[in-house]
Amino acid sequence: MSELHPSNLALFWAAVIAVSILVYVILDGLDLGVGILFGSTRDEDHRLHMMNTIAPFWDGNETWLVVIGAGLFATFPVVYAVFMGAFYLPLLLLLVGLIFRGIAFEFRYRSVRMRWLWDAGFFLGSTVVAFVQGAAVGALMRGIPVANEQFAGTSFDWLHPFSVLTGIGLVFGYALLGAGWIVLKSEGELRDWAYKRIGWLAAIVFVILGMAFTVSLTVDVGAVAQSHLRERPWGLVFTVAAIAALGGVVMGARARRDGLTFALTVVFILTSYLTLGVMFWPYMVPYSITVGSAAAPDASLQFLFYGGVVVLPVIALYTAGVYWVFRGKVQRESN
Amino acid sequence: MELDPLILSRIQFGFVISFHIIFPAFTIGLAAWLATIEGARLVTGNTLYRRVFDFWLPIFAVSFGMGVVTGIVMAFQFGTNWGVLAVKTGSIQGPLLGYEGFTAFMLEATFFGVLLLGRDRVSPRFYFFSCCMVALGTMFSSFWILANNSWMQVPLGHTIVDGKIIPADWMQIVLGPVQMVRWPHMLLAAFLTSGMCVAATGAWYLLRGVHRDEGRVMLHWGLALVAVVIPIQLFFGHLTGEYVLKHQPAKFAAIEARWKNEQPAKEVLIAIPDEANERNLFAITVPELGSFIASGNFTAAEIGLESFPREDRPPVLIPFLAFRLMVGMGLIMLAVSWLGNLLRWRGKLESSRWFLWGTFLSFPTGFVAILTGWYTAEVGRQPWVVYGLLRTRDAITPALTTNDVLTSLIVYIVVYWLFVSFGIYYIYKLLRDGPRGEAMAIANVTASRPLAIAARTEPAVDADARSKR
Repeated sequence: MSELHPSNLALFWAAVIAVSILVYVILDGLDLGVGILFGSTRDEDHRLHMMNTIAPFWDGNETWLVVIGAGLFATFPVVYAVFMGAFYLPLLLLLVGLIFRGIAFEFRYRSVRMRWLWDAGFFLGSTVVAFVQGAAVGALMRGIPVANEQFAGTSFDWLHPFSVLTGIGLVFGYALLGAGWIVLKSEGELRDWAYKRIGWLAAIVFVILGMAFTVSLTVDVGAVAQSHLRERPWGLVFTVAAIAALGGVVMGARARRDGLTFALTVVFILTSYLTLGVMFWPYMVPYSITVGSAAAPDASLQFLFYGGVVVLPVIALYTAGVYWVFRGKVQRESN
Repeated sequence: MELDPLILSRIQFGFVISFHIIFPAFTIGLAAWLATIEGARLVTGNTLYRRVFDFWLPIFAVSFGMGVVTGIVMAFQFGTNWGVLAVKTGSIQGPLLGYEGFTAFMLEATFFGVLLLGRDRVSPRFYFFSCCMVALGTMFSSFWILANNSWMQVPLGHTIVDGKIIPADWMQIVLGPVQMVRWPHMLLAAFLTSGMCVAATGAWYLLRGVHRDEGRVMLHWGLALVAVVIPIQLFFGHLTGEYVLKHQPAKFAAIEARWKNEQPAKEVLIAIPDEANERNLFAITVPELGSFIASGNFTAAEIGLESFPREDRPPVLIPFLAFRLMVGMGLIMLAVSWLGNLLRWRGKLESSRWFLWGTFLSFPTGFVAILTGWYTAEVGRQPWVVYGLLRTRDAITPALTTNDVLTSLIVYIVVYWLFVSFGIYYIYKLLRDGPRGEAMAIANVTASRPLAIAARTEPAVDADARSKR
C-alpha cells in the first residue's frame, strides 16, 4: 500500500463510504428538504400531509450517517480525525439538529399547546442540518489545512463567505429535493402547492451556485481553481448535466410529471456530487490526504470486510424494502 | 483546576457516556427479561404473562431509541475531541466499534421489527425466537463495546508502526482474557439493573393496590432473577478485581486508597482520601484484611501508590469512593433479593409493606452500580487512555480551543437535560400508569422509530389532540 496506489481493500472501503455519502445525501436530503419546506406553510393539513410523506423513512435514513461515521473511523481513521476536528462546531449543530428534529417528529402529535415548539424544532433542526452539511462541502472545496495527520486550522475556518453560500445552497437544494418528493408522494392541494415552489427553488439554487462560483473567482480565489477539474475537463460533463437537470426539473414541474420531476431533482444532486468527486479525487481530505495515505492497515480493512459484506447488503436491501412497502401516494389522514 | 480543552473534553466524554450507558444497560436487561417472560407464556399459556410482556415492550422500545440517539453522539466523540487517539488507535478501535454498529443495525432491521410490529403476523414460536434473538443481539452489541474498552484497559495483540498502534492478532484483541471477565461482568450488571427495576415496579403496584396480578408477577420474577444472578455477579466482580491487581496495580492501589507499601496490608473500609497529602482522613480500617482481599492470605505484602511515579498514578478519590458505592449497591441487591425470597417462601412477601417499600426504593441500585463501576474502571485507568501506551493528555485533538469544548459541553448538557429527562419522564409515565391491555398497532412505523411507539402508547395528555388533527 502506498500513497499513489491504494490497496484494493482501501479502494473498496473508499467506494463504500462514497456510495454511503451519496445515498445519505439523497435520502436524508429529501426528508430534510420536507422539513425545510414544512416551515414555509402554516396550514396544518399541509403540514400533517408532508410529515406523512416521510414518516416511515426519515429515521432509517440516518443509519447511513452512522455507516459513514463508523466506517471512516474504522477504515480511514486519519480522515475521521481531521474531519471531526475541522468541523467540531458544525458537527455539534448537526447532532443537536438531528436530535431535535427526531423528537419533534414523534411528539408534535401529542400536544396542541406545545405544538408550535415542536414545529419550530422540526423546521430549524432540518435547516441547520442542511446548512452545516453544505458549509462543510464549501470548506472542503477551499481545502482543509492538516499537520501531523491532524486538523491544523481554527474553529471557524468553515464559516467563510464561500462556505456560507454553499450552506445556503444546500438548504435550497434539499428543499428542491423535498419538493420533488412531496410531488411524488402526495395528491391534491399539497401536490399543487409543492409544484408551485419547484420553479422558484430551482431558480434560487441556480443563482446561489452562480454566486458561489463568482465568489470563488474573485474574493476567494482558489476554491474551484485548485481543484482537479482543470486536468480533467471531461468532468465538466457532470456540471453541465447538473445544470441541465435543474432546467429539466422546471420543465417537468410545468408538465406536471410527478415521477420525472422527482427523478431529475435526484439527478441534479447526483451529478453535483460527481462533479465534486472529479474535483477531489484522489484526495479524501482536499487537498492534503489521499485515499492511499489515509487507509488503515489491511489487517483492519480485512477484519471489517467480513462483517461489511454481510451487513452492508442487508442495510441496502432493508432500505429498499422499506421504500417498496410504503410506495405510492400517501393519504392525508393516515399516520 | 484550570479549564483547558483537555479537562473539558474529559468532562464532556464522561457526561455523554454516562447518559448513554444507562439506556443500553437497561435495554440489554429488558431484552433478556422480555425473552424470559415470553418463554414463560409460551410454556404455560398464561395470558397474565402476555399482559406483563405487552407492558414492558414499549418501555424497552423507548430505552432502545434513547440508546441509539445518545449512541450516535458517541460515534463522533472519538474524532471530535480525541483526534490523536483516533489516528493512533483507529485501526483497532474503529473496526471494533464498527462491528458494534453493524450488530445494532442488524438487530434493528430484523428481529426487533418483528417484536414491535408482528405478534399477529408470525407464529408464537417464531415470536419467541425473535425475542431471544433480540436479547442475544443486545448482548452481542455490548460484546464489541466491552472488547474495545477491555483493549484500552489491557492492550493486547497489537504492534506499533510509525507511532501508530495497529492490529497484529485480532483473536487476542477481541477475545482476550480480560474481555472474557469484563463482558460477563457488564452483562450481569445489566440483568441485575433491569431485574431490580422489574421487582421495584411490581412492589410499587402492590403498594398502591393497582395492577395486582401483573405486579405480583413482576415482584416474584424480578426478585427471583436477581437472587440467582447476584452471587454469580459477585464472583465475576472478584475476577475483575484479579485482573486489575495483575495488570493495573496502580488502579488497584487507588481503589484501596493504599498510599504506602504495606505488609501485612490493612483494608480501608471507608475514608476520605486526601490526595494532596497522600493520606486518608476519617479512615476506618481493618488490619490484615487488605492482604487477604488482594492475595488470599493475611500476611502478604501489598504495593501502595508510593511505588509508582507521580505521573503514572491515577486519581484516588473517585475510584476509591465509586468502587465502594458499587459494592454497596451489590450488597443492597443481595439483601433485598434474598430477603424477598425468604419472605416469599414463608408466604409473607406481599403483606410486608416495609419490604415492598424497600424494594421500590432500591430501583436505582443497578444504575448506580453500573455508573460507579465504570467510573472506577475509567478514572482508575488514568493517566492513560490506552493503558501503558497512550496518555490521555496526549490523545486530544490539537486544534481544539477551550471555547470550542466549553460550547459543546454546555450544549450537550442543555440538550441532554431536555431530551434525556424527557425520555426518562416518558418511561416513568409508562411505569406509573401500568399495564393497559394490548399494545396498539401503529401504521407507518418501522423498527427504527421506537420513539413513535412511546408517543402513541402513552395516554393522551390533551384528549383533543387527535380529533383536532
